[in-house]
Amino acid sequence: MLLLFFMKVCMSVSGIIIIVLVLGFAGFFLSYARACAIVMQGTKMHSRPHYYGLWTFLLIIVPSLFFLFFWNIGSNIYTERRALTHIPYAAAGDIIHQHNLILSTIRNLVNRLPKHSSNMLNHQLNSYASLRDILGQKGVVLDVQGKNYMVPIVIEWVSGLKKLRQTGVIITFVLAIIGFLVGFSETKVKKRARNRVERVILLGLLVSSTLAILTTIAIVSSMLLQTISFFRAVPLSNFFLSTAWNPRFSVMTFDESIGEFGLIPLLVGTLYIAFVAMLFAVPIGLFSAVYTAEYATPRARDVIKPMLEILAGIPTIVYGFFALIVVGPFLRDLSAAIMGGNHAFIMAQSVLTAGLVMGIMLTPFVSSLSDDIITAVPRSLRDGSLGLGATQSETIKRVVLPAALPGIVAALLLTASRAIGETMIVVLAAGVTVNLTLNPFEAMTTITVKIVNQLTGDLEFNSPQTLVAFALGMTLFVLTLLMNVFALYIVRKYQERYE
Amino acid sequence: MSSELKIKMCGLDVKVSYGKKRALHGITLNILENKVTALIGPSGCGKSTFLRCLNRMNDTIEGALVTGKILLDEEDIYDSSVDVVELRARVGMVFQKPNPFPKSVYENVAYGPRIHGLAKSRVALNEIVEQSLVKAGLFSEVKDRLHDVGTSLSGGQQQRLCIARAIAVSPEVILMDEPCSALDPIATAKIEELIDDLRRNYTIAIVTHSMQQAARVSQFTAMFHLGNLVEVGTTDTIFTSPQERRTQDYITGRFG
Ligand SMILES: Nc1ncnc2c1ncn2[C@@H]1O[C@H](COP(=O)(O)OP(=O)(O)O)[C@@H](O)[C@H]1O
Ligand SMILES: [Mg+2]
Repeated sequence: MLLLFFMKVCMSVSGIIIIVLVLGFAGFFLSYARACAIVMQGTKMHSRPHYYGLWTFLLIIVPSLFFLFFWNIGSNIYTERRALTHIPYAAAGDIIHQHNLILSTIRNLVNRLPKHSSNMLNHQLNSYASLRDILGQKGVVLDVQGKNYMVPIVIEWVSGLKKLRQTGVIITFVLAIIGFLVGFSETKVKKRARNRVERVILLGLLVSSTLAILTTIAIVSSMLLQTISFFRAVPLSNFFLSTAWNPRFSVMTFDESIGEFGLIPLLVGTLYIAFVAMLFAVPIGLFSAVYTAEYATPRARDVIKPMLEILAGIPTIVYGFFALIVVGPFLRDLSAAIMGGNHAFIMAQSVLTAGLVMGIMLTPFVSSLSDDIITAVPRSLRDGSLGLGATQSETIKRVVLPAALPGIVAALLLTASRAIGETMIVVLAAGVTVNLTLNPFEAMTTITVKIVNQLTGDLEFNSPQTLVAFALGMTLFVLTLLMNVFALYIVRKYQERYE
Repeated sequence: MSSELKIKMCGLDVKVSYGKKRALHGITLNILENKVTALIGPSGCGKSTFLRCLNRMNDTIEGALVTGKILLDEEDIYDSSVDVVELRARVGMVFQKPNPFPKSVYENVAYGPRIHGLAKSRVALNEIVEQSLVKAGLFSEVKDRLHDVGTSLSGGQQQRLCIARAIAVSPEVILMDEPCSALDPIATAKIEELIDDLRRNYTIAIVTHSMQQAARVSQFTAMFHLGNLVEVGTTDTIFTSPQERRTQDYITGRFG
């Protein structure tokens, strides 16, 4: 009984992974022990013993787990394809759309079948109602609307998948054993285990870095596709040149026009708020960086630096609250008080409020980045200046800051791209009304706010009203990308100047 | 010694500690006018520390404490009435690694005169820059590149640029801390030649690890060991008949 259970566990995917790992560790220790034994006899081996162990370990787990991974993906695709061919043509109709719908119903059914229940689904079972009854006894509730022809397909699918899985598990096990045998037999004096292990590690690192890049590319290209389909429906000029924002949900109104999607007011709002934020953050951040880097005693620095770094970790929604509840009303009441109590010329949600709070949020970034850059200016430059009789402030002004300038500019560009992409503060503090103005006391809205607006609620993903979010996101992405590339370019160009 | 020798700077029982660690245990040493004084000794014996006392560069080091007296023309430079800015204009310093500012050659040399307000006009500033570069033996090499960035020069040129930069504020004393240790032999020879020229107008104290260099450029040599002054004398006596066993061992390369 126990043995049977054990066999079952072994045959499952997670079971085989554990087995392969156990084999891997066993292989490691056996090869290691063998290499140690050879060394003990006084023979000099090419590599240190643990490299032989590692090489065996890698031989056991890498090929087998890779195989398992791709085999499982492959078998899922294969069974699905096969099921697809079994859907009766009449049921599918010629509409692809409906075909997909049926497929997803079937996939749903497959996923809802309890694990290991495929045995009890014998092949005589052929009506949907009886399937529902049997599963109902097991506590699985199925939809009423299934069709009879789906039952054999589901059964076929489940049992086919199971067979493929079992085959995969067996092959995986065999591969692991082969890896073990090869690795163990290669634990010999002349074998260059170290070089091989090193190469595998290099490969692993390479794969990780390409994976990150590929993911980014995938995200961007999916966004690009949506953007393109947006521009199919809306002319470029409507987006880039219009100053009006009025994305009507024309599906309801039978109106021919699709609404207006003017980027300009949003872009201006974004840049304006970011500008106000930088206006606060840059001087304060820079001065505090100069203080921590140049004047603060080590003790003061040890307190101030971590505190700034903690500030940089506060979630921006908290700043948003702060803007909404404290800063906005305060500025409004203040302006009302100035005007004698009845006319507040600063609105609670305004460019000033959002910019000010965003500036507070960005200050620790500016100061922390700039501090690192200023401290990276070599001491020898400071000594050279001080040795000529310059005072500390002259040295900072004329030598340290100019030397650090490219880095600081790059840091400011990075900060600015954060300001542009910042969402939560502006959602809460800047307002949602589209407004093209230069008055910082009025509410304006930003690209990120509109993205949030267009994507919240129950929406279909093929109307221009939602697709515009992707076009806006793409614009934002291009904008910040350009800034980051420019920052990188500046750093690259000037960083060698110290040496 | 002949009567024309004048003491330019003089350390009296100079003690330095960095935090709890004592680096100099009471050094008394004269630096004579228009002479080159070489400070030699194994690494970590306090040569740089002593040199930095002479223009109070130790003030910039956290936790450094200097006691004793250091006189410049009979005036204590650690007296509270002394202005460090003025002192460093009178006692210039050239560092171990060439450290030109990331500015143009011209701006590097003009830096000192600018902060001290030495030039009344653009023309006067140009004159100072040119003269300093000439004195540092660099002018002919860089006269067409005055507006190139200083770090684009070769290592030896950079070090002479740093010397020109120090000269530009018309110091009386120039301190050099292993000025050639980062340079190749040809650049080193040029600098040594330059030091010999500069002696006519300036008083020079130089730290060096090369016995040949000390013998070639200096008239007086002071031997340091573990924060103490072992012995001092004319370079000839130190190199031919040192009084102390440790000096003998060091210059013949037995330790250090
Ligand atoms: N900035 C410093 N902080 C702490 N200790 C220092 C510092 N500079 C030098 N020292 C110590 O003072 C001693 C003398 O150093 P230094 O004057 O640089 O020696 P030298 O130039 O002769 O090689 C050494 O033991 C060194 O470790
Ligand atoms: Mg030294």
